[in-house]
Amino acid sequence: MDKVMSDTRIEDGAGTVAENGKRVIVEVTDLKKYFPIRSGIVFQREVAAVKAVDGVSFRIFQGETLGLVGESGCGKSTTGRTILQLYRATAGSVKFEGQEITELKGEPLRKMRLRMQMVFQDPYASLNPRMSVGRIVAEPLVIHNIGTKKERQERVAELMDLVGLNPYFVSRYPHEFSGGQRQRIGLARSLALNPSFIVADEPISALDVSIQAQVVNLLQQLQEDLGLTYLFIAHDLSMVRHLCDRVAVMYLGKIVEVAESEELYTNPLHPYTQALLSAVPVPDPKVEEKRQRIILKGDVPSPINPPTGCNFNTRCPVSIDVCCNEDPQMVEVLPEHWVACHRVM
Amino acid sequence: MAVAEGAEPISLEEEQKGSNPWVDAWRLFRRNKASLVALVIICAIFFIAISAKFWTSVGLLDERSGTGSRHSINPANQARVDPYPDPGSCARDDQVRSPYWCGWLDDDMLATVKDSYCSYPEPDADQQQWCYMLGADSQGKDWLSQTVYGAQVSLAVGVVGSTMSLIVGLIYGLVSGFYGGRIDNIMMRIIDFMYGIPYLVMVILFQVFFTEIAREYQDSGREGFVGFILQINKDMGGLLFLFVALGLLSWIGMARLARGQVLAYREKEFVEAARALGASNRRIIFVHLLPNIIGPLIVAETLAIPGYIFTEAFLSFIGLGVQPGTPSWGAMISEVRTRGGFFSNRHILLVPSIALVITTLAFNFLGDGLRDALDPRLRGT
Ligand SMILES: Nc1ncnc2c1ncn2[C@@H]1O[C@H](COP(=O)(O)OP(=O)(O)OP(=O)(O)O)[C@@H](O)[C@H]1O
Ligand SMILES: [Mg+2]
Repeated sequence: MDKVMSDTRIEDGAGTVAENGKRVIVEVTDLKKYFPIRSGIVFQREVAAVKAVDGVSFRIFQGETLGLVGESGCGKSTTGRTILQLYRATAGSVKFEGQEITELKGEPLRKMRLRMQMVFQDPYASLNPRMSVGRIVAEPLVIHNIGTKKERQERVAELMDLVGLNPYFVSRYPHEFSGGQRQRIGLARSLALNPSFIVADEPISALDVSIQAQVVNLLQQLQEDLGLTYLFIAHDLSMVRHLCDRVAVMYLGKIVEVAESEELYTNPLHPYTQALLSAVPVPDPKVEEKRQRIILKGDVPSPINPPTGCNFNTRCPVSIDVCCNEDPQMVEVLPEHWVACHRVM
Repeated sequence: MAVAEGAEPISLEEEQKGSNPWVDAWRLFRRNKASLVALVIICAIFFIAISAKFWTSVGLLDERSGTGSRHSINPANQARVDPYPDPGSCARDDQVRSPYWCGWLDDDMLATVKDSYCSYPEPDADQQQWCYMLGADSQGKDWLSQTVYGAQVSLAVGVVGSTMSLIVGLIYGLVSGFYGGRIDNIMMRIIDFMYGIPYLVMVILFQVFFTEIAREYQDSGREGFVGFILQINKDMGGLLFLFVALGLLSWIGMARLARGQVLAYREKEFVEAARALGASNRRIIFVHLLPNIIGPLIVAETLAIPGYIFTEAFLSFIGLGVQPGTPSWGAMISEVRTRGGFFSNRHILLVPSIALVITTLAFNFLGDGLRDALDPRLRGT
């Protein structure tokens, strides 16, 4: 089995090395994903587009966890799925271990899927209710034709053990498990192919608070044991601080700030990040007392018609004229701390 | 290695067999007593209909066409005006009976008339007595036998109609819903168009069309492919064209339902997960979509079976269904229309009607039970 599995391991040395000496595993450059809105009775024309992701760039280093946070509907899931090629990118590039993957099709794309996987938000919808747990976890192996039946069974038992499930459960069905257990099943499935990179799309949002910590610990444990790299999508900022090495903040299809976790939480520079963080309760009562919530005015603009210039200008408490006309560029204001804001530069 | 924090403690001796959703469905179905009874009734009807030939061969039933029992309707020389044998009345075959005027003759006259004309023959010990358990019609066709053979037609129409519409509707809806976009749009516009066609009128027109073609061909005596099809239809007692006419439009509703189901499941995360794993479209359709969407479709088709049976009965009633001579419940009921007997011979109307009601009710109850068992929308998950 080990031999079979080792086939899917990445070759050492893949990917480029960044200035700071870390290996870049995913490099996203100016990625865009527009969902067309069509209209017409028989022959439908494209009348508009939802600009779900509108030019994001970031890098993910090997072995780290990059958090992606932002309000609901800002395009976090779409970013994750476009990176995994579940959606075809409208424009921009995604390099995985140095290889451009937005153009991949057919067999090369299938091969790529061996190395990057996804964990889903809703543990109730992410498992096929008609398949036993054994079949669900073995499915990646079946799809890629790996191993014999017996080897697959062994691998399934091994994976169940890895995610903390009793391997005796294999012949049970998803509806017999709790949310946390289902999330573990989903995790076992995405680990079956030995991926190096996992997009976790709000893997704990649907779980009870008590179980959230367990799943987060499991994710960390697996990262240590298997050397995984995560893109961790969330809107729970306190969990992100605990789990992520770096955090990217997203607003209306764009990334507004990227920094190391501690740096971002102690020194947020973008007004949107500041507003987001001001809403997070602090455990220290003294600090909590002094905490001032920044309430943003208005609603999130529609991603069909984002504001011109900086797309945050309609709600920004400190916006000036230039914000309405010019799109701010990402600038490295402090070491490893990037911000896109006219007022910070 | 991670520890099993999330797994609830569970003893290893405990039964670890999972509860298969299909097994669960059967368990749920069994709980509904009415549909269980309906299932038994349907199985019994199927059994009787399929084994009809056997009962005929052992002499318990009459021939399909009713020729076997076309014997004298006036048994024992009783002059009866009513030509319809009542339920329970009996007769013997091929007996020479004295004509009624023999009674007028005196002995001398009797001697001159041939003895064989006016003597009452001894009952033949070899001869079987024939009883009309559920009566017969004016031509002496045993109504029980007709009802049993009529069940063959009704069940065939119900099963073939629903199977055809399920298969066609499922494929159409799957393609439309799964591929989406422009294909979906065009396919759905076609469906919208067909929804505007009145179903029954269309079926009747098709039947008229087929009958016309059959007549034309009979007149001109031509052969070839059409002649071949016509022959098959004739051999099937007119069922082939009935199937075609019913099948042409019945799949539309099913296609819509199937498409809706596909759309509901296509965006589910487990389908996306399969895609992220590199599963082919074929695998996604057959492993992930079909097992999940098939339940409600089967329920809908089961509930549609009475409709097919009624449509066949209606067409046969107005003379556009099965060919004359083929036993069918609708044709049997139409006996009342063409030859009367509505009040005087209630069995003519009641026997096929009751058979029709029992069968359609049974299918309705079965469908209800299946819905409880198979439609996940009504369940917790
Ligand atoms: N398949 C799709 N077709 C059309 N529009 C879509 C599609 N998927 C997402 N969108 C739109 O794109 C925008 C971003 O959606 P996305 O799901 O990425 O948000 P999100 O940040 O993940 O939100 P949440 O926190 O609620 O999960 C939303 O406005 C959404 O309506
Ligand atoms: Mg999301």
